[in-house]
Amino acid sequence: MGQIRLDGIVKSYGKEVVVKNLDLTVQPGEFLTILGPSGCGKTTTLRMIAGLEEPDEGNIQLGDRMVFSRSDGVVIPPEARGLGLIFQSYALWPHMTVARNITLALKEKKLSKTEIAARLENALDLVQLTGYAERYPSELSGGQQQRVAVARLIALRPSILLMDEPLSNLDAKLRTEMRASLKRLHRDLKATTVYVTHDQIEALTLSDRVIIMNEGKIMQEGTPFEIYHHPANIFVAEFIGDPGINLFHGVTKNSTLDCGDITVPLPENLASADRRLIAAIRPEKVLVSETEKPGWQKVSTEILQPTGADTILQVRIGETSITLLQPGFITLAEGSKLWINFAPDSISFFDPETQDNLRSTAD
Amino acid sequence: MAPVSRTRDRPAFWSLRNFSYQAYRLKNRPELIIGVLALVFLGFVVMVPLLQIIKEAFTFQRYDLAYQPDGNVGGFTLLHFDRVFFQPISKALFFKPLINSLMMGVAVTAIALVVGFSLAWLMVRTNVHFKGTFGAMLVFPYMMPSWVMALAWLSLFKNDRIGGSEGLLTYMTGTQVPDWVAYGYLPIVFTLAMHYYAYAYLLISGALATVDSELEEAGATSGMGKWKRIRVITMPLLMPAIGSAIVLTFIRILGTFGTPALLGMPVRFFTFSTQIYASINARNQGDAYILALVLIVLAVSFIWINSRIIGVRKSYVTMTGKGFRKHESDLGKWRWPAAIIVILFLCITVALPLILLLWESLTLIPGNYSLSNLTSYFWAGQGNMQLAYGEPGVIHNRGILEALGNSIKLGFAAALFNGALGLLVGYAVVRGRGARLSRWLEAIAFAPYIFPSIALGAIYIGMFSTNIGPIPALYGTFTILILITVIKNLPFTSRTGIAAMLQIHQSLEETARVQGIGWFRRMFRIIIPLSMSGLVAGMLLTFITAMRELSLIILLISPGNNVLTGLIFGYQEQDMAQHSAAVTLMLVMFIILISVIVRLMSRRAGVGKLSVV
Ligand SMILES: Nc1ncnc2c1ncn2[C@@H]1O[C@H](COP(=O)(O)OP(=O)(O)OP(=O)(O)O)[C@@H](O)[C@H]1O
Ligand SMILES: [Mg+2]
Repeated sequence: MGQIRLDGIVKSYGKEVVVKNLDLTVQPGEFLTILGPSGCGKTTTLRMIAGLEEPDEGNIQLGDRMVFSRSDGVVIPPEARGLGLIFQSYALWPHMTVARNITLALKEKKLSKTEIAARLENALDLVQLTGYAERYPSELSGGQQQRVAVARLIALRPSILLMDEPLSNLDAKLRTEMRASLKRLHRDLKATTVYVTHDQIEALTLSDRVIIMNEGKIMQEGTPFEIYHHPANIFVAEFIGDPGINLFHGVTKNSTLDCGDITVPLPENLASADRRLIAAIRPEKVLVSETEKPGWQKVSTEILQPTGADTILQVRIGETSITLLQPGFITLAEGSKLWINFAPDSISFFDPETQDNLRSTAD
Repeated sequence: MAPVSRTRDRPAFWSLRNFSYQAYRLKNRPELIIGVLALVFLGFVVMVPLLQIIKEAFTFQRYDLAYQPDGNVGGFTLLHFDRVFFQPISKALFFKPLINSLMMGVAVTAIALVVGFSLAWLMVRTNVHFKGTFGAMLVFPYMMPSWVMALAWLSLFKNDRIGGSEGLLTYMTGTQVPDWVAYGYLPIVFTLAMHYYAYAYLLISGALATVDSELEEAGATSGMGKWKRIRVITMPLLMPAIGSAIVLTFIRILGTFGTPALLGMPVRFFTFSTQIYASINARNQGDAYILALVLIVLAVSFIWINSRIIGVRKSYVTMTGKGFRKHESDLGKWRWPAAIIVILFLCITVALPLILLLWESLTLIPGNYSLSNLTSYFWAGQGNMQLAYGEPGVIHNRGILEALGNSIKLGFAAALFNGALGLLVGYAVVRGRGARLSRWLEAIAFAPYIFPSIALGAIYIGMFSTNIGPIPALYGTFTILILITVIKNLPFTSRTGIAAMLQIHQSLEETARVQGIGWFRRMFRIIIPLSMSGLVAGMLLTFITAMRELSLIILLISPGNNVLTGLIFGYQEQDMAQHSAAVTLMLVMFIILISVIVRLMSRRAGVGKLSVV
């Protein structure tokens, strides 16, 4: 039970192909996040799993049940798919109390009165809303409404959970809190979960596995660690990480990459003459010194953005601007000199033609 | 677990697999099923009748044998066409009614617009006294049949032209009122305008109230002068409302029957609507069909011309809820005079007609307005062969009470079916947005708007006088009255339904679907409760319109299915002024009573709790 399998899914609206030949398997009990920029087809994918949209091509299996197959002529409606879905807007029914919001579907399933009451109590308890059963949604805060939506899912006990940006309407602080409680929910229900977001922090913190999507195609799938440290292509490298990764376009010269204002050390397998490459290094991986060191490159500070625990520095060398991330609350005068260097094993290299990663960093 | 086969090929169109896929799909999308059913139903009740009368108009009918004994019954003929347009009789049959209808339509629309606009401006944009009371009173004419003013006019100005009693003026002064005051063009235009201003007022005041905030912002930032602001900002924003007020009024005037019948026919002043009625009474249906078609063509071209001039694609917005009042300008020393003018106006359009009718209904000998002539006979009398052909008073009159029952039944049935149909059409249109089906459905639900009432009635005679397939001949039944009322009100209710459905975010239904809640439960537990307040308002309007309607059903009523409006018209034709006055008052009382009850009940039901998240 609980496995989700998408196979060759194609979906278009009019002429625009929104999802292009998507293959995807989610293991039972796994927490999978689909991450991608706005409009890349995340919601569409999720809605196809739920049955709210119909693919043009392909198969969808939930557990060992085929719920959609264009070629076999199978379309199981959402009502019969037995899964749980949380919308970005929570979709609480405004004319019903919290209790009725939670129990309506249970009554439809013809559960016994005592069973319904027990599930209601249990669900409210889990989301810490005991005592709110008789309120109307409009009498709750955003976070509380969100928790009612979660409680509605808990009470139904589906083996598959789908969530579409469930935290995007909350303020930053509440979001962090709710993130933890969603993780707990997943652990308690042991449900296979597909979580859609364009917030990479949610993706990295919550997931067992992340799928990066762009323009209807999967760009990379892997654990959060793999995604962050071994981006498969430039799109993923640029999309993940805040502040964003530094990219340097250059030409190989012996064992270095000449990027004009700076040079980047090359690993041996890429050392060849006159090859165009793109080097990428995360801001926190750049080595920084306040004093001159032999072989390090001198840069001047342009903009400092302390965020509290860390400081983002924008530095310049010639025409090239570089972003650095350093721990601590740094105060430096604008224009101060710094020296930077790159550790060879913290740099990724990409082919400018194919955009693919040529050698992953080993961390 | 079975491995998933990777066949990418679509099954062939005729294959069983494709068939099962399409069947599953359809089951998955209730809005498609509803949409198709609604489209078929509406196509049948709107489009088929239209085609039917076009066909009938060019078919040689049995009654045409009187004019052309060697004709081939059932064959193609241009006889009706020729008679309406190219014979000496065409002048009376077509050209005079055409000119009369157009002159009447233009004049009434112009007056109604000016009056409605001025009142709307006073009520929304100034600090005139007694706003709340006026606001409630000004829509009063909407609750009365359009010809109540005409009845009142007759009790005031009737002369000896058609025999029978005379009006109050003749009674007081002893001189005969000239014909051109008592009957014909002038009184028709005046009495109609004093009814139809209410539509213009409702539409324009709604628009004015919503324009306000935009106006304020723009005015504050640009430093424009007051008149320039009105010209540059307010008027363009009001144009859609003005446009729809014009179209609405004009089409209604073209199709209105009661007033031209009461005030025009006695002096042989015919409009299209009364000419259609006369032709059908003379058993010349063919002529009537041609005239009805001309009327439809007139209405369509008017909509077209109007949308060209006004320059808005949608020059037919319907009434919306009232907005908020802001930005009132101070009338200063004109506050009282303005209020007094409105009071006088209300006296003339609301109080005076009702008082005159009440008085009339209390006179024993018609035309004698002295106190000694007062009687309660026409309300409570048992029936006396000396008086009014022995017709008993209202409360003992089985015919009247039956017609009252029918009217209420018609009102409720129309409201109920209209509510249901509006809801389903709204559901199918909104859920299916973007698809062709949705657009067609929206268009066809709007189509009855372009049929002037009397023309739609004529169409329905043509259609339902014989049985069509499994559907029996509906002529003379109560069903046909319900059907035509529902269809005529559909443009309005489907718009209400669409607006209500647009308010309900689709995720509210989708979340229920995913939780395994079936379609019927979703409708009754979620969709209907959430659209209730809009639906009730729409249904109430349908109820009111159905109760007071005459033009639409005059061609379809018979003693077996008579309603109050038809009964009143019958009394009037037989010159039984007291009965018609008493029954009219009773009708108006019931309409007001029931609307008040519905308003109170829907408020009690806690509609206020529904804030859309
Ligand atoms: N009903 C629809 N009709 C037409 N186009 C649609 C429809 N729904 C989505 N699209 C288009 O499909 C593409 C993918 O939409 P989708 O909602 O899946 O994006 P998303 O990844 O969820 O984006 P976001 O992060 O903004 O929610 C978009 O270009 C969108 O415009
Ligand atoms: Mg989305």
